[in-house]
Amino acid sequence: MLEQITVLGGLDKKGSPERIRSLDIKAGEVLAVIGPTGSGKTQLISDIEQYGEEETLTGRRIVIKNQQDTGKDKDLPRYLVAQVSQNMNFLIDMTIEEFLLMHARVRAIPDPRETINNVLETTNQLSGEPVHLSTNLTQLSGGQSRALMVADVALVSNAPIVLIDEIENAGINRLQALEILTGQGKIVLVVSHDPTLILMAEKRVVMKEGGMESVLQTTPEEQKMLEGLLRSEKQINLLRDYLREGRLLWQEFWCTVR
Amino acid sequence: MRFVIIAGTPSSGKTSVMIHTIRHLLASNLSVAACKIDCLHTSDDERYRRLGIPVAVGLSDYICPDHFYVANLEEVECWAREQRADIVVLETAGLCHRCAPAVHGCLSVCVIDCLIGIDTPKKIGPMLSTADSVVITKCDIVSQAEREVFHNMVETVNPQAKIMDINGLTGQGAITLKNEIVRYNSLEGISGKELKYPMPAAICSYCSGETVIGKTYQMGNVKKVDFGGEN
Repeated sequence: MLEQITVLGGLDKKGSPERIRSLDIKAGEVLAVIGPTGSGKTQLISDIEQYGEEETLTGRRIVIKNQQDTGKDKDLPRYLVAQVSQNMNFLIDMTIEEFLLMHARVRAIPDPRETINNVLETTNQLSGEPVHLSTNLTQLSGGQSRALMVADVALVSNAPIVLIDEIENAGINRLQALEILTGQGKIVLVVSHDPTLILMAEKRVVMKEGGMESVLQTTPEEQKMLEGLLRSEKQINLLRDYLREGRLLWQEFWCTVR
Repeated sequence: MRFVIIAGTPSSGKTSVMIHTIRHLLASNLSVAACKIDCLHTSDDERYRRLGIPVAVGLSDYICPDHFYVANLEEVECWAREQRADIVVLETAGLCHRCAPAVHGCLSVCVIDCLIGIDTPKKIGPMLSTADSVVITKCDIVSQAEREVFHNMVETVNPQAKIMDINGLTGQGAITLKNEIVRYNSLEGISGKELKYPMPAAICSYCSGETVIGKTYQMGNVKKVDFGGEN
């Protein structure tokens, strides 16, 4: 079991040492990776993925701390980082059941039946219309696919680090998705431009010109603000549900739901 | 000089992967020469040329591109040494899956994309199973689960190879291949080295330009479909 990873600072785009020299991320922690487009968010993730390389473009080094540290590469999982992003699709023409069984077999899961039932249940918690084991993967909507990917990454993939890349528009309950992933003791990296998701992370690394510019802890004041954000989010969700159900809104809607 | 051979399925991103990898090699002050083998036409040489490195093109025309490739290995080596290259990258046409271009003493890289279907690695054959390194591209557009299953399929076909994911568009992961090339042994000379897997025999009338269909027009090494049943 992976306990912690440490990113040792390298160089930014201009070739000068980045300001953050060392960044620890512990199991069960959520780290938001933020910054404008082109600021080096993807490069940071890429460096973490290529933890085995002695040389990277940025000169960063990744130190991995395992609970039972044998110092052997083979004890590390094949994929250190599992990703869920907006661009991903299921391309394979198979039912959810067939595919999950196949994935569980590849991952040598001892009780595949129980696991795939859990995956299905979790998927349906995250998305709208329920899917069934007999549903074909290619028939899933965007939101259903994303929900299944999150559930599969949480329960079947063994990667100890999960990267969620801008899934705010994926049409799933992203806050619950975050809870499900961290609940499995995984390190979750969230690349996002969404204030609610960013504040749900314990800390955030701010990227600038290719370098890690600062690491900020979410302050108690921000946590209070997060509560406010979550409240209005709930209202918006409710509003969305009303509209989706084919209902009409009335003037005093807000007063009623409050 | 290190000799790197690139094979792979059509449109898997062989050239894109190599362009990113060569950029990393050049950034480490290594000199690279690239040669592209193709059949009738290629524009890949233009992309290599933009890197400012020596580029050669070999068009096989009326000859099988893989046989053409083997018959020209010494010449490519000689040309690359004249260019004073530390590394020569030879990209094959990547067409039929029967041939495997891997040569002992050369780093052979097989590039495949994970959109080709989960069972396809089993069908690719020696091109995949004799490779030293397998590059999987287009991983960013399939689910993590498919990526893991695909990886496992490749590993079943070729358990020895180093398998790496590279994004041909962004170059993410290309540094791993660069490091693999740098770690690889230098080649003293390609003459006398052996192919890891023999090429198919094909000396028939169609090899020498015959175009008419029918038994009476067929001569030489001709093999027929076995439909089973009697006889």
